[in-house]
Amino acid sequence: MADAPILALRGINKSFGAVQVLHDVDFNVFPGEVMALVGDNGAGKSTLVKCVGGIHPIDSGMIEFDGKTVTIHGPRDAAALGIEIVYQDLALCDNLDIVENMFLGRELRHRFTRKLDEATMERRARDTLTSLSVRTVKSVRQVVARLSGGQRQTVAIAKAVLWNNKVVLLDEPTAALGVAQTRQVLDLVRRLADNGLGVVLISHNMNDVMEVADRITTLYLGRVAAEVKAADVSYSQVVELITAGRTGDIGLQPATAAESA
Amino acid sequence: MTTSDKDTERAVSVPEKPGAPGTTPSHDAVTFSGDIGATNLREAAHSYIAKVRGGDPGALPALFGLVVLVISFSQLSTHFLTVGNLANLTGQAGPTIIIAMGLVFVLLLGEIDLSAGTAGGLCAATMAIVLTKNGDLHAQLGGGTYGAACLAMFCGLVIAVWQRLWLAAATVALGMVVMFTHLGAHVWIGMFLAIATGVGIGCIVGWLVANVGIPSFVVTLAFFLAWQGVILQYEGKGGAINIGPFYPVIAIAHRNVNDIVGWIMYLVAIGGYALVTITRSVRRRSQLLSAEPLSLVYWRIAVLAVVGAGIVYLLNQNRQPNSEGTAIEGMPWVVPLIIVLLVGLTLLLTKTRFGRHLYAVGGNPEAARRAGIDVRRMRVAAFAIAGALFGLGGITLASYTGGVPLDIGGGNTLLYAVAAAVVGGTSLFGGRGRIRDAVLGGVVIAMIPNGLLLKANVNAAFQYIITGGFLLLAASVDAIGRRRQST
Repeated sequence: MADAPILALRGINKSFGAVQVLHDVDFNVFPGEVMALVGDNGAGKSTLVKCVGGIHPIDSGMIEFDGKTVTIHGPRDAAALGIEIVYQDLALCDNLDIVENMFLGRELRHRFTRKLDEATMERRARDTLTSLSVRTVKSVRQVVARLSGGQRQTVAIAKAVLWNNKVVLLDEPTAALGVAQTRQVLDLVRRLADNGLGVVLISHNMNDVMEVADRITTLYLGRVAAEVKAADVSYSQVVELITAGRTGDIGLQPATAAESA
Repeated sequence: MTTSDKDTERAVSVPEKPGAPGTTPSHDAVTFSGDIGATNLREAAHSYIAKVRGGDPGALPALFGLVVLVISFSQLSTHFLTVGNLANLTGQAGPTIIIAMGLVFVLLLGEIDLSAGTAGGLCAATMAIVLTKNGDLHAQLGGGTYGAACLAMFCGLVIAVWQRLWLAAATVALGMVVMFTHLGAHVWIGMFLAIATGVGIGCIVGWLVANVGIPSFVVTLAFFLAWQGVILQYEGKGGAINIGPFYPVIAIAHRNVNDIVGWIMYLVAIGGYALVTITRSVRRRSQLLSAEPLSLVYWRIAVLAVVGAGIVYLLNQNRQPNSEGTAIEGMPWVVPLIIVLLVGLTLLLTKTRFGRHLYAVGGNPEAARRAGIDVRRMRVAAFAIAGALFGLGGITLASYTGGVPLDIGGGNTLLYAVAAAVVGGTSLFGGRGRIRDAVLGGVVIAMIPNGLLLKANVNAAFQYIITGGFLLLAASVDAIGRRRQST
């Protein structure tokens, strides 16, 4: 689709003490596309996401957003750029309702009284859910504790969309869901990209990845094994990239792969 | 999920829905049909029952307890349902309610403050010394204690400034000015210093919990003991301090609002409540936002108006037991004080960003942190607000007892206040609670000793056993409700 990435990471290194978790990682997110980030446990997926989100500072490397070099020192910097992360554990408050959760930390207020502007927030929350064709939520004033896993995931993703974000990173959005709910969430992921956002999907489920992703970046022991178009590779090639770091001509050189291990 | 499907059907079949009959309902209307919600009392009742069964009993346990207690105590003693006893009850419940209001803020975050009672007592002792020693804390406390008190206030100030809690910082700073300047036995200044002391204490407790990371249970248990010692140190050999002559303080529990003024207050409160809730319901309905049915709003206003009128009317009767004595009538001042606190603090919790963030931190601190909320600052703020209310509660307690005894705020004060908040419906697990809970629960808890002591031959042991039983019952309702909600 678009040829310039909205978010580009160049040569990212990150160590925790003596352990180097990310080695010269390059990573691109294109607007209007779903970029899948896959890799075995401990490959560095979550660390990479947390570096983008400003939770972990990077040791070296460059982050480009919209063609400009940026520095991300904390979650607020990431949010200010328009990068939103939907975490595996959702980060929703069970005791608050959908509207309250979607606007948490960024509540709208009346200009003079400084009172919360509930009417506008409720309307905007509803508009956002409508724009994502969410049909599963009955009332936006439901307490999140009473929602199903799929509905909760929907709320978390809708929260990311609400703020006109340009890049949304989804960490294992379907991990805990049943078949029907996974379907809903994958549809939602696709619609996010169709709305022009750059979407990053972290998943262990290759079926989900092959179905919804436009491109796939494989991490192997902290290095990028390959960035490929989903259409160009087969299911088994992706699995091979994840487990061995290479498949045929694609992937890390054997020497590099061995060194990482 | 079956219940929600049923709800959807019901809402769709309601004739008042947008989208004229014959046309297909618009997409929004179907998707968020739950928002248009209940349109009549029956449906409101249905959704309320669904909420209770879903694990949020709200005010039901407290109301149930209230009814049970009123019925049993009225059997126990003919004095229970008298005007004089009703007035006594307000004085007994007042301090418990105000301290419980402070505890609601702490409990909302899933924390506890065991030092609530003795901190309030310390505030009251500070005030009493200012009043009786002509404003000179230094002379009464001696150099060492006075210096330590000033240092503690300074620490509170530093913490408040560091956490950018400007109102708390200003209060503590002004309190320090009062401590240094010996302004004389001015009653309002004394009361202000009591509240400022509470805020300073709250900042320190909050800092120890939020920044140092000591569990609040331990921090406040330590202070619970320490403040009792500090009160002894403050009051010295003189023992209990009498504050009988100091009018506004003693008036809280022992002087009454003029009959006419009482009715005016009642009209303003009910009228304001009616105006706000009706306009909100009408406006939200016209904007197609979720709103309560108007009939429910009317009913609630009507019930409040009748109950309120009844209380004002009864308290305005002469309750002088001696037929020749001067008339005693009107609400004790503690009643309007509690109403003002109830309204103000409820607005703070429900209508402001600060309140929303408090609930968020209580519900899921990690989610709150990721949403950009400064969780530590919120914790310190909650303890600071609680401290102010403990101070006010201490003043009320001193007013009720007519002085500051050496054991003020000790004994049952804290347990009654915690019980009040929990019986009223505030969760011990954080994230759920309202100021209203403190009021309802406070009345229930105060009623137990009140009713039992009216009957001469009832063993005092029952007072403790029954109160403990109520607390246990309320905590079980809370825990079971929470379990239901999570499944």
